[in-house]
Amino acid sequence: MRPHLAACLAAAVAAGLLVLVQAELLAGVLSGRFTVAVLLPLALVVAARGLLGWGRGVFAGRTATALKSALRRRLLPRFQEPDAAVSRRSGELVTLAGRGLDALDAYLTGYLPAVAVAGVIPIAVVVRLFVADLETAVIVLLTLPLIPIFGALVGWTTRAVTQQQWEALTRLGGHFLDVVRGLPTLRAFGRARHQASVIQQVAAAHRTATMRTLRVAFLSSLVLELVASLSLALVAVPVGLRLLSGSLDLHTALLVLLLAPEAYIPLRAMGTTFHAAMEGVAAADQAFSLITPTPATPTTTPATTTARDHAQVREQPADLPKPVRDHAQIRIHAPDLRISGRDHAPPGIRFEGVTVRYPGREENALDAVTLRISPGERVAIVGPSGVGKSTLLHVLLGFVTPSEGRVLIDGADLAGLDLDEWRPRLAFVPQRPHLFAATVSANISLGSDASPDEVRTAAAAAQAAEFVAALPYGYETELGERGANLSAGQRQRVALARAFCRPSAEVLLLDEPTARLDGRSEAAVVEATRRLSEGRTSIIVAHRPAMIELADRVVRLHDHAQTGAA
Amino acid sequence: MTGMATESGTPLRLLAPGMPKRLVLATLAGAAADLAGIALIAAAAWMITRAAEQPPLAALSVAIVAVRAFATTRGIFRYGERLSGHDVALRAQAGTRERLYQALVPTGPLPRRGADLLSRMVDDTDAVQDLLVRCLLPALAALLAGTAAVVLTAFILPFAALLLALGLLVAGVALPAGTAAAARRWSARIAPARAELAARVADLVHGAADLAAYGARDQALSAGMDADARLAKLERGQSRVNAAALGLGVLVQGLTVVAVVLAARSADLDGVATAVLALTSLVSFEPVLPLGAAGERFAGVLAALRRLREIGATPPAVAEPGDPLTLPEAPPTVEIEDLVVRHGDREPALNGVSLRLAPGDRVAIVGPSGAGKSTLLAALMRTVDFESGNIRIDGVDIRRYASDDVRARITGLTQDPYVFQATLRDNLRLAGPEASDEDLAHAVRQARLDGWTDRTGWDTTLGEDGRTVSGGQLQRLALARALLFDPQVLLLDEPAEAVDEETADALLADLLDATRGRTTLLVTHRLRGLEQVDEIIVLEGGRVVQRGPHDALVAAPGYYRDLWESEVLTRR
Repeated sequence: MRPHLAACLAAAVAAGLLVLVQAELLAGVLSGRFTVAVLLPLALVVAARGLLGWGRGVFAGRTATALKSALRRRLLPRFQEPDAAVSRRSGELVTLAGRGLDALDAYLTGYLPAVAVAGVIPIAVVVRLFVADLETAVIVLLTLPLIPIFGALVGWTTRAVTQQQWEALTRLGGHFLDVVRGLPTLRAFGRARHQASVIQQVAAAHRTATMRTLRVAFLSSLVLELVASLSLALVAVPVGLRLLSGSLDLHTALLVLLLAPEAYIPLRAMGTTFHAAMEGVAAADQAFSLITPTPATPTTTPATTTARDHAQVREQPADLPKPVRDHAQIRIHAPDLRISGRDHAPPGIRFEGVTVRYPGREENALDAVTLRISPGERVAIVGPSGVGKSTLLHVLLGFVTPSEGRVLIDGADLAGLDLDEWRPRLAFVPQRPHLFAATVSANISLGSDASPDEVRTAAAAAQAAEFVAALPYGYETELGERGANLSAGQRQRVALARAFCRPSAEVLLLDEPTARLDGRSEAAVVEATRRLSEGRTSIIVAHRPAMIELADRVVRLHDHAQTGAA
Repeated sequence: MTGMATESGTPLRLLAPGMPKRLVLATLAGAAADLAGIALIAAAAWMITRAAEQPPLAALSVAIVAVRAFATTRGIFRYGERLSGHDVALRAQAGTRERLYQALVPTGPLPRRGADLLSRMVDDTDAVQDLLVRCLLPALAALLAGTAAVVLTAFILPFAALLLALGLLVAGVALPAGTAAAARRWSARIAPARAELAARVADLVHGAADLAAYGARDQALSAGMDADARLAKLERGQSRVNAAALGLGVLVQGLTVVAVVLAARSADLDGVATAVLALTSLVSFEPVLPLGAAGERFAGVLAALRRLREIGATPPAVAEPGDPLTLPEAPPTVEIEDLVVRHGDREPALNGVSLRLAPGDRVAIVGPSGAGKSTLLAALMRTVDFESGNIRIDGVDIRRYASDDVRARITGLTQDPYVFQATLRDNLRLAGPEASDEDLAHAVRQARLDGWTDRTGWDTTLGEDGRTVSGGQLQRLALARALLFDPQVLLLDEPAEAVDEETADALLADLLDATRGRTTLLVTHRLRGLEQVDEIIVLEGGRVVQRGPHDALVAAPGYYRDLWESEVLTRR
């Protein structure tokens, strides 16, 4: 990346210097000092400038793509861990990694080369002018600083005005998007047509306000333009008069005329690319702030932060409402401990006073939970929403670390286990499983190197074979973003098939797999879950009776304040 | 119907009446600025070469004045061009937005158009601004200035004028055409690569939990990196094209000057004429060279305008009657009979649903997501048309009435209610422009929003996307709107959505109180309190699978009983 940038800047500066040579040759030919034959080297200089301009563009492009790639390569791994702070801003992140970084283009391909040129060429021009004609050189040297000075001055005086109007401008500018987004609401209350005239009024107000700002903002470019062109007049007229008196020769005069504007052009070019460049810098800042890691796990909370000091879990089939209790008979499956390919038997899991608190939250997400699950047992977790059912699963997955208490897997502390060895022993179906923009087959075999046959077996076990076969290309059908072309029930079954595709998994974690499914889909998913949970230690967060029925034992998570309510 | 059809069928015009005059003014100012720049150098060149011949001072005085005048006017004309150009562009953009809105009004709910696509559509209207300020105006000004330069040189040496014209045409027409074509070709290749990268990144972000749990992070990460590498390669290719255009522009300019000087020398012109020719040629490329970049932008502008035109050509969601009947004043009886609604060529969203709503009846609709509940409400509000079956208002086909009139009677809380960037008062008032403060306060109390209004006040501006508004507050605000509007048939689409369970139950209880005696169709997934409604309809897959009062439905096995049991189970 750095060599590309260096090449780009070098090409830009070299092309700028060649302009000096070109002026030299052209002045020589026009003044008659050089013969017409000098037009050949002049043409060569022009060709070289063209070539350098091309090189500048190519290397600027390479610099930009290399830098954007490098930033993306450092951004993407930041998305890896399920992190609350990241997922809250997911839309923003996706935009940033794509179009957001493109804002850097203006900075890299426009502003940086312009700065390099502005740093070298005006000095070179002034030096050459000093050699050629002292008087002109002094005029240019004196007027040149006026461009940045006036630029800063005008910018400084207008900032107050523009800042004042900025808020109004943003609000008026956002009005149209606001109305378009709210169109269904407007339609529902018969205000849609009326709003057309409001759009017109607001647009007119927006234009008036913008023009007021622009009248001031464009003043700065007017000043710069005037400084540049009046300086040229300031140079040219005395030169003409001195020619008249014979104190200056024509070659020098033409050279001065050709060179003087070249001193101002780079400074103005830098000014015009400045604004767009600063937007790019803002985008880069945003990217860098994400690349710098922030703590992703909940911070430790002192025990004194809450008065809740006893376990909030009661194991209680007896406490269920009537219709459910009738179904919730204990059904013990003799666990098949030796399924081929397994390194371990299904483990027993113990939660000992596990408390989780997410950063920035007042309440604990899990509050001193103690729970013992035997090897091969099927446990349904029920309880009101927001009581921490999903968090319980996330603790087991290692997405969050308890701020207090510990989780024991067959007696070993989860905190001491290598997550890369522990997670392959789990099969997890989240509440809203994410389907990837890939084939059905790739979605099912996620993270494993299952053969096509194994994928089919898994799909059949998850009751997914039938609808997958009906897809246009069967298992090779590309799913849209987030599985757009499947129904909610179908997506859920693909996610279950994913779990089936890991025959060696010993622990099954399901998070409300049937929430909001229709009756038929629910029955299919329940049946699939029944098979999947055999011979595995299973923790199923459940809402619906059919799913709760599956469990050997129902555990109810309570909110402390309302322990007795249900 | 005819009025609607022509309105939405009109392609989005670019310029409103009165605009051409402003456009001409801006173009003239731009051309004048360009010309002043050329004339400044030409006059200076003439003055210097003529001075070298040491004529009397009087011979130079005109040139000296000209140099000073052109130096001053160039900046002023440029300022005028930029101001008038932006004025025209903003006017054109305002017009485009208004016409786009007019075209959107009858299109009904825009399926699968997320907030992101919507904002991209609004961004597309910026293309009109770019078209004028960055493409059309500079091109027209360059055309005028270039023509003037060619004419000026033609007076000195016609052959040189021919060479200059040729050079300007290559740099000002051929190169921009080339960059425009290349931009079109490259963006056709780059767009899918971009989309792929976005999909990979979205997978990484949204699927983080799945990837971590299944140990597939590295695989997904490398897929993302590969997508990035493919995009980077294409972008490098695109930048090579732009670089070539940049280099070629400089080359054409330089070679034209060389050719002009050569022509002048072989025509034995004197030093003065040669210098004027050479410097005029050199400077006349200045307005022309930026057109290469304009060509690139032009391709994007055209694509945006094409997308807008497609929206303008979207057929209206429902066919409006040619001579609409007037709706009766009295509260109507609404009958739905064997209604079939289909979105596109998918399975019917509603498949033979029948329902009767007499004045004062309250009916609840329950069912899993995708069952067709919201579609049923949309059909009643005439924002989707039906395929077969019928909806009758007091026995008259609903299609005989204008859809706006129907919505004045049958409406309420719709799916995805929206909070505008306006005060709470204005957000409410859109449902009752004539409502008194007391009416507003009453609606707010009924929707259990009064705690919030007491806290934040009526004149707080609600934030962009309602970010200062929680999901529950948004829902209650929408409910207050529906109650304020007070339609003859009140539709409520999941009024307790996104509200915590305790509030949901309380809200629903209040709602059932407030709607007593009011014709109401309530879509809900909270069942507590539904024993009060006259009938409950369970929809699944677009069909009615169960119907009856609460007690009967709880007694029979099925979706309703399951839902009731899980609600009891998860109740706090």
